[in-house]
Formats: sequence, structure tokens, C-alpha cells
Amino acid sequence: MQTLIPLIPFLPLIGFAINGLLGARLSKTVVGLIGSGSVLLSFILSVMAFMEVSATHHPVESQAYHFLSVGSLHISFGFLVDALSGWMMLVVTGVGFLIHVYSFGYMYDDDGFCRFFTYLNLFIFSMLLLVMGDNFLMLFFGWEGVGLCSYLLIGFWYTNRAYNHAANKAFIMNRIGDLGLLLGMFLVYKTFDSLHFGEVFSRLQTDPVETGVITTICLLLFVGAIGKSAQIPLYTWLPDAMAGPTPVSALIHAATMVTAGIYLVARCNGLFSLSETALMTVASVGLATSLLAAFIGLRQNDIKKVLAYSTVSQLGLMFLALGMGAYTSAIFHVTTHAFFKALLFLGAGSVIHAMGGEQDIRNMGGLRKHLPITFWVFLIGTFAISGVPLLSGFFSKDEILAHTFDHGGVAWWALASFSSLLTAVYMGRLFFLTFYGAFRGTHEQEHHLHESPATMTIPLIILAVLSVVGGLFNLPHIMHTEPSQWLAHWLSGNGLNGQPVIPAIEGHIEASTEWLLMGIASLVAVAALLYTYMTYTKPQHVPLPDEQVSGLGKLLAEKFYVDELYDAVIVRPIEFFSRILHYYVDVWAIDGIVNGVGKGIETLGGQFRRLQNGNIEYYLIGMVAGSIALLLTYFL
Amino acid sequence: MLEIVKAVPIDYFVYLCTVLFVIGVLGVIVRRNAIVVLMCIELMLNAVNLLLAAFSTYLSDAQGQIMVFFIMVVAAAEAAVGLGILVMIYRNTKSTDISMLDNLKW
Repeated sequence: MQTLIPLIPFLPLIGFAINGLLGARLSKTVVGLIGSGSVLLSFILSVMAFMEVSATHHPVESQAYHFLSVGSLHISFGFLVDALSGWMMLVVTGVGFLIHVYSFGYMYDDDGFCRFFTYLNLFIFSMLLLVMGDNFLMLFFGWEGVGLCSYLLIGFWYTNRAYNHAANKAFIMNRIGDLGLLLGMFLVYKTFDSLHFGEVFSRLQTDPVETGVITTICLLLFVGAIGKSAQIPLYTWLPDAMAGPTPVSALIHAATMVTAGIYLVARCNGLFSLSETALMTVASVGLATSLLAAFIGLRQNDIKKVLAYSTVSQLGLMFLALGMGAYTSAIFHVTTHAFFKALLFLGAGSVIHAMGGEQDIRNMGGLRKHLPITFWVFLIGTFAISGVPLLSGFFSKDEILAHTFDHGGVAWWALASFSSLLTAVYMGRLFFLTFYGAFRGTHEQEHHLHESPATMTIPLIILAVLSVVGGLFNLPHIMHTEPSQWLAHWLSGNGLNGQPVIPAIEGHIEASTEWLLMGIASLVAVAALLYTYMTYTKPQHVPLPDEQVSGLGKLLAEKFYVDELYDAVIVRPIEFFSRILHYYVDVWAIDGIVNGVGKGIETLGGQFRRLQNGNIEYYLIGMVAGSIALLLTYFL
Repeated sequence: MLEIVKAVPIDYFVYLCTVLFVIGVLGVIVRRNAIVVLMCIELMLNAVNLLLAAFSTYLSDAQGQIMVFFIMVVAAAEAAVGLGILVMIYRNTKSTDISMLDNLKW
């Protein structure tokens, strides 16, 4: 098995190479087969690796290539399949495969079909490098790679200027976070003299390190996570990233890339657990983001933007969980979120496909009759994300809320629950406005409405099933079912050096309190959904056109003017300085010198060419004078 | 025989050949008729030949005269080529005036 491990990321890379170089000459079916097939093979190999780790209780390590040795720094392209990375590999390749199959149907009529699958495969390769890497540098390779693929895929329809701006925004904001990640990595190397996860975390146990250094490392790594996982203040790229095709939004901006930040913090849980400051920062930023994004999502009218803000909000909840020390709950929520968010996005794609490209929910309505399968799967997704009891989202969200109550107290729990309430409200609003009521679009759109083909609906159904049963992965103890807390046990299994990858945490709340919390959360979710059902199925509550919105609603609809704030405070000054530098340094000074050298030589040459005047006598005199001068040098 | 030739001091040969050479150089520079230029070139070469022959006799060294042979052969070949060029010049410009060839300029 060890020798097969490098194949897991390299199969999608080979798919990328084949589709990239030869794809234009291959038929669409072959391109789709290569693209999806490579991810499927990676999934199968991941399952095999998972079984091996499960059987031997020991992680699988595999070194592919020795990269560099400088002083005491030895980096190799090494892969580590332990409990955490094994699980993430399954999620990435599994959900990735379903999205590849969906893309076959969704992008079939697009000219860039082959390019799309090329980029998707490159993305899966990078993401696998990220989660499988056994040292910080491999993680960073994957980190940058997914950032690049995000840029390529957001700006997929590159002829549109606005989409290019969105792609730039995503990449630049990512890079700002990456600075933090790099600085964190440098500090890790300086403190622990290695970048290898096993070595760093074992040296953490043996040599004491001052808390200040640990806190700095954790905060710097968290800055990287803020950029990648769209937390305050680097979240504004994610809603703009909806410019990309819907499968991209599902894969990158819901299921996988944005969870890279969570993975990073979970992987470094040993470091974070030693710094209360860092944990508090993570939790605060997470909770604040969760609330802010939920508020904004309440008044968005583009189906994908609502889901985008929902993603930001749910990521905030995951970071809250990490900040409360409940790393396993965060990973559990990552998994269930991947299922239902991918489901919701792909369902939205199905709706957009049926509506011929329309994305504004004010022009939809009553799609329940026309798109039955999409309706049912979207219903399941909405209920799952809202936390309706017994679906997957209920269990994962509840675990986060319970740990928040336990570790942080009532205030934190209340705010987090409020965020969950808002989740149910905006999702219910989205769902009922889209699928119930009267159809508000044009006649042509109504004629065009049709259910999506099988390549699109089958992944939707699979994801819906996973969204329903996903809760089984980590049932709480109080439900007294077997097996309970399976994921927590799995993740606390043996990592490198026999240490648990994510140590299991003790919960200090009583069973009765936990039932009470669960009950409150369920009631809140169901009540919110009922409220939205009663409100948004009525025509008078259809959202107003943009011009007529005012007051608090306008503030939310305009996203609290955060983008405008960034534009005024950061972008404009930078552009101003850029213009000054351009004019004075670039054009005036540097171009002046370079062009000046050219002009000087031109002038000099202009003088020299006068020697060539065509007059033969002149040349002959020159010859004679020259030979005399030459002879004279022998005598003088 | 040698004594008869040595009656004339070597200096006179040097002066003579220098004068001949300088006349040749001036002719090449000043004259515009291509045939005259070629003749002046021959004059320069022959001046050198004369000098070499004179020194060869005065120093009783045959090397000078052997060099004269070489120079004569080369002069003959070069004269042939020069006349060929002259014929082409005439065919293209209908005159032997070398100042007509002034197109290769800036």
C-alpha cells in the first residue's frame, strides 16, 4: 500500500496533463471519463489506505522524492496518511468525484468543457497534496495550488471583465493570508528546527517552548486560515467567487478548499491547545464571522450569493468549534457541511440550468412542480443545514453548540445559537422563495423549465442520502446508540510517534443539559423554518427590486458596505501610490535611462555613419593614412 | 660584376624606390581614371621589387630575388583581377571614372 500512496494525488495530476495537452482532440465523453475516472481511482485508493490505517492502527508514510537539504532542514515530498488526513482524503476525493460527474452534465454545452476538467483535476491534485503532506511545506504547496486553481476556475469565463476581477480578488486575498502562513512556518522552523509534522509535534512534547512563541505561531497560522477559509476580514472574496461555474462553487468554495484552514488548525491542534489566547482569537473571529455573514445572507437575492454567505457563516461556526477546543466537532461539521453544501450548490446549479442562466430568486418561484428531484434534494439540504433533528447537520451543529456551552458559557452558546437560527431563516427564505409560490419569471423561461439529466441528478441524490445519514459518523453519547462518537474515536487514533492525532476531549455537561440544548436547537430550527414557510410563500413578501430597498434591509443587502470600505481604505491608496511610482520611477527614471542609452548610441552611430560617404578617393586616403599610422607605431 | 653594381651606393636605390612608391601612392589617391589607378598600383609593386633586387645584390643574398618572383606572380594575378573589375565597372557605368561609384553610402 505504501508504494501506492503517491498515486493518490498523482492520478488526478496525470488526468490534468492528458486533458490539458490532448483534450482538444478527444471527444467530450473521453475527457469527462479521464477527469472523473482519475478522481474515482484516487477515491478507491484512499479507501484502501483508510482500511489499512484502520487495521494496523498506525499511519502510513510514503516518501516520493527528496526535495532539498539545507543545513538542518530536510524536506521531501512525503505523504502521511493518518486518521485526520485519511478522513480528509475520503471527503475530498469522494465529494470531488460526485462533482466531476455532475460537471459532465452541467458543462456539456460549454466551449471550455475540456479546460474545465483540466482545472478540476489540477485542483484535486493540489488539495490532496495539502491534506496528505507530511510537512508544512507540502501543505503550503497544496495551499498555493488550490489558490491558483480557485483563480483559474472563478475566472473560467474569462471574457467577462467582472469575473476576472472576482478571480483576482480571491487570489489576492488568499495571498494576504498566505503571508501569515509563511511567517508562521518560518517561526515553526526557527523554534522546532524542522517542518515535518511528526518531528514538530514530538519536539513540542519534549522541549518546553514559551507560550508567547506558541501564541505567535498559532496566530500567524490562523491568519493564513482566515484568508483561505474566508473569515473576517478576508471573507469578501467568497461571495464574489460565485462568478465561477456552479460546480466550482460547490467543490472549491463549499466542500474542499475553504476547509483547508480548518484542516490546518486541526492538524496543529497540539500547538493551539497550548495557547489560550490563540484559541480565544480563533473562536471570536469565527463567531463574529458567523453572525455577520448570516445577517448579510438574510437579504441576498442571488441564489448562489445566499449559499456563499451561508458557507462563510458555517465556516465561522467551525472555527468557533476549533476555538473551543472541539477539533473533532469541527472536522465532523466539515464533513457534513461538505455533503449538504455541495448538495445545495449543485441543486442551485440544477435550478440555474433549468432557468437558462437566471440566478435571481425574485424571478423564480413555484419550481416545485417543474423540478421534482431538485426540489426534494434541495429540501433535504435546507433541512440538514438548518439543523432539523436527525439529519446530519443537526448532529454536527449540535455538538459544536454543546462544546461551546461547555467551554465558553451561556453567552457564547446564545450567540452561536442565534447564528444557527439565522441560518435556518435565510435558508428557509431561499428555499421557499425558489420552490413555492407562483412562478415570477418570463414566459420563455417557463417553457424552458426541465429537470436536469441523470449525470446531474444522480450525484444530487447520493449527496442527499449522505446529508441524511451523515450524522451517523459521530452520534453523541447521550443517544445511547452503537457506535457513538465513531469519528472522535477514529481521530484520536494513533498518529505518528504513537500520539493521538486529535486527542479526545472530555465533556463536562450533564446528559440532561445536553438534551435540553438539543431540544432548544431543534425547536429553534423547526420554528424558523415554519416562519419562513408562512412568510415567503406569500406573494407580498417576495423581496423588492434593488431600487426599492431601504433602511436596515438595504444595509444588509449591500453587505454592510464592507467592500466599499475596503475599496476606499485600501485599494484606492494602493492604486494612487502605484500611479505615482509608475509615473516617476518607472516611466521617468527607468525608462528614461534605458531609452536614453539607446538614444545615445543612436546619436553616436549617426555621427559615425558619416564616414561612409561613397567617395572612393576619401576611402583610399583613409587607407593610406591608416597604414602610415600603423607603421609609425612601430617606431614611436 | 658585383663591383660594378656596387659602384652605385645603396642609398641611391632607396631614394629612387621611395620616390617611385610615393608617386604610385599619390597616383592612386589623386587620379580618377581606373586604368591609371591600376597602373600606379603596378608602379608601387615594381618599386618594391626594384628595392628588393638591389638589396639582394648588395647583400649577396638570393632571398631578395626569390621574394621578387613571388611579388611579380601576385602582381600579375592581381592585375588580371583588377582589369576584370574594370571591365565590369565600364559595363555598368559606361565610364572608367571611379568617382562615379558612390552609391554605397549612408
